[in-house]
Amino acid sequence: MSETDQSILVMEGIGKAFPGVQALDDVSLTLNRGEVLCLVGENGAGKSTLMKVLTGVDQPDSGKIIFDGREIQPRSPQHAQELGISTVYQEINLCTSLTVAENILLGREPHKAGRIDWAKTNTLASETLHNLLGVDIDVTKLLGSYTVAIQQMVAIARALYVASAKVLILDEPTSSLDEHETAQLFKVMRKLKGQGVGIIFITHFIDQVYEISDRITVLRNGKLVGTYETAAISRVVLISKMIGRNLAEFDEMTKTKLESGKHIRSEALLQARGYGLTDAIQPLDLDLHAGEVVGFAGLLGSDRTETASILFGVEKPDTGSMSINGKKVEEHSPLESIKRGIALCPEDRKAAGIVDDLTVRENIILAIQASRGWLKYLSLAEQYELADQYIKLLNIATPSADQAVKNLSGGNQQKVILARWLAINPQVLILDEPTRGIDVGTKAEIQKLVLSLAEEGKACVFISSELEEVLRTSHRIVVLRERQKVAEFAGEVEENTIIHAIAGSEA
Amino acid sequence: MKKNNDRSFTWRQVTNSTLFFPLVALSLILLFDFIFIPGFFTIENRDGNLYGSLIDIFRNGSTVMLLAIGMTLVIATGGVDLSVGAIMAIAASVAGILMNPSALRDELFFVTDPTYTFQPLWVVIMGALIVSLLCGVWNGVLVGYMRIQPMVATLILMISGRGIAQLITNGLRIQITYKPYAFLGQGWIILPFSLYIVAFIFALTWILTRKTAIGMFIESVGTNFRSSFFSGIDERKVKLLVYTFCGLCAGIAGLVASSNVRTSDANNIGLTTELDAILAVVIGGTAMKGGRFSLFASMIGALVMQAITQSMYAIGVPAFALQAIKAVVVILVILLYSEQVQAFVRGLGASRKRVKS
Repeated sequence: MSETDQSILVMEGIGKAFPGVQALDDVSLTLNRGEVLCLVGENGAGKSTLMKVLTGVDQPDSGKIIFDGREIQPRSPQHAQELGISTVYQEINLCTSLTVAENILLGREPHKAGRIDWAKTNTLASETLHNLLGVDIDVTKLLGSYTVAIQQMVAIARALYVASAKVLILDEPTSSLDEHETAQLFKVMRKLKGQGVGIIFITHFIDQVYEISDRITVLRNGKLVGTYETAAISRVVLISKMIGRNLAEFDEMTKTKLESGKHIRSEALLQARGYGLTDAIQPLDLDLHAGEVVGFAGLLGSDRTETASILFGVEKPDTGSMSINGKKVEEHSPLESIKRGIALCPEDRKAAGIVDDLTVRENIILAIQASRGWLKYLSLAEQYELADQYIKLLNIATPSADQAVKNLSGGNQQKVILARWLAINPQVLILDEPTRGIDVGTKAEIQKLVLSLAEEGKACVFISSELEEVLRTSHRIVVLRERQKVAEFAGEVEENTIIHAIAGSEA
Repeated sequence: MKKNNDRSFTWRQVTNSTLFFPLVALSLILLFDFIFIPGFFTIENRDGNLYGSLIDIFRNGSTVMLLAIGMTLVIATGGVDLSVGAIMAIAASVAGILMNPSALRDELFFVTDPTYTFQPLWVVIMGALIVSLLCGVWNGVLVGYMRIQPMVATLILMISGRGIAQLITNGLRIQITYKPYAFLGQGWIILPFSLYIVAFIFALTWILTRKTAIGMFIESVGTNFRSSFFSGIDERKVKLLVYTFCGLCAGIAGLVASSNVRTSDANNIGLTTELDAILAVVIGGTAMKGGRFSLFASMIGALVMQAITQSMYAIGVPAFALQAIKAVVVILVILLYSEQVQAFVRGLGASRKRVKS
């Protein structure tokens, strides 16, 4: 009795299988009115799938969903939304070629005389953004012209705009937000909580879990581990529940890093002088040495990504020069860079990383095949050998090398892209947010991998919005602020020093 | 129990195959023919050559099959080529004028003099194919390098192509009396000669796409061109290649078609065949948004299109009503592809399992 009063949503015994993967196995979850429930777990734990079942994207094989005292069977996200369940997904699901206002009010535009009232649409959209999120942007501009962070904000605004939402699902909304933006979001969440909205919050940031949530539900490998009061569970216990093993590895890594720092060569492998592009990045000098991991730190909008893309030749610089192994770089394109031994693992996994219809094997051999040209075709046997080698090396969880890469979880997709770049045996490996949206365990694996690659004599650039991670992995840290390289630190640095450099204040 | 599981597993494998639904569509049409058209499956042997309605499906379908080969690759990159019909007409006109240059002087437009010496056949064929190749390059440059949307870019040649074809022949319909040329569309070596052309181009394309990396590059560009670009694939070159190749296929189809009707008729050769080719590819299961493709499934798609036409003629649908009736049948076939029907068919295996266990 009391349970039905208090709880807005009960999911019971949910099961869901995909080809080769049991994504969910008898998972249950209860959400109360006016609470923030954190859903945590490693990659492929089934968090996203569970939410897709709840919002009608996927139909469950078994189990039932009780919402507001009634059993429901959401058929589609629209249907779930009508029922009062709104979602913001991990990967932004908006139309980049529509304006911000259109995206927020799509399908709910105010009408006047049978036609859409655009003036009112735009006002409503900017009011929604301003009032709910405190974001002031030009809503008549195309969504695609804004950064990922702003797009994420728009996605949240869109989900919130559904005034009747009784349950709001936030699937990793903070993975591309900076601290300030995250704080804004939390303010909004607390406001909604006060109004009795139940919020399911999925995140990989443990700090955020403790900052915002009332209770925590832990999933592992598609199974429910348990639900805990946030106040009653310590971090160490929580993390061990999530990954089922101890995280002493992280301490071990710091040691590995110090160890591997001894292998850094003195002569520069890649040397950029006054390298820059108008309106993207101010001219900067950069040296990368073999055996070294260089971290890029900076806030969102400091153009870490743009720096990476001109190094890789995605965009053509208009000032300065770059040389690799003493040879000047003349042509700029990803293909030329690959041939020179530069690899870039891009920030946006879905749009610029995976080719989702192709198999794991094809995704892995894509870059090496492109660099060989179409005639020097790797035989199927060679392809399988390469693919199997990297599936084993990187621990990619896939039923076979012939699985379409879209059926893999986010972290495993990331590993596939890493494998693609390792396969070309690059001299310089640029990793742009390689750990975004993936779980703690895989993060540690990737960081360790980066260090061991450096030890083999590669030069690595490691870009991440998690400063702690940059600190842990990098031998040297380059700080970017407002499209400019502002500082460079080598050796042991205090986190505070870097934060001051990022913020632009004197230490 | 175990046995049942195995069976439903294979059923799923069968229904998941790209060939399954095109083959179902083709079988349904042939089943219709078997029931309602007596003698449809009869194959006659005249002087060692085979004739019959089934053979006709292949023979008359050969132009659409040729077009569908090139179109499959274009559609797999996420594009479309509307100009193939017009390229057919251009190729036919070039061939026609090479066989009968006097048409340019408005003198005579078909050769009656038995002693007239024609250009060698290879000059005629090469001339026509080079021009159609250039048409394909034009499309490829517009789509790949100028980044014009494929539908708009190829529409230009679709509309202007027939005008160009008429300019080439000076506005005349050139009769073709050159015997070796007529063999392309009308010759018979046990089977119609055009089928050997289709088989050759098909085999060549299959080897080019599946035994080199091109097939994977095409699918990669069609699925996600940005990821492909980051991986070092030059999307522009891939597009230039497929449109050029599609133009070449259209040129070959134009030669076969003009040889078949013994004229180079700029107004009618290949008219609306671009749509048949696109439908053939769609029936073959290649998605219009690009990505995975199957050449063989497209061939079956082309046969489905031709079998529909052939059956309609056989049961006496008048020519003027053909397009309307064909549309209805195409809708029925496409319905087979809707997710609902597909899920239902795939579910048949599962429900059978449940009943038995």
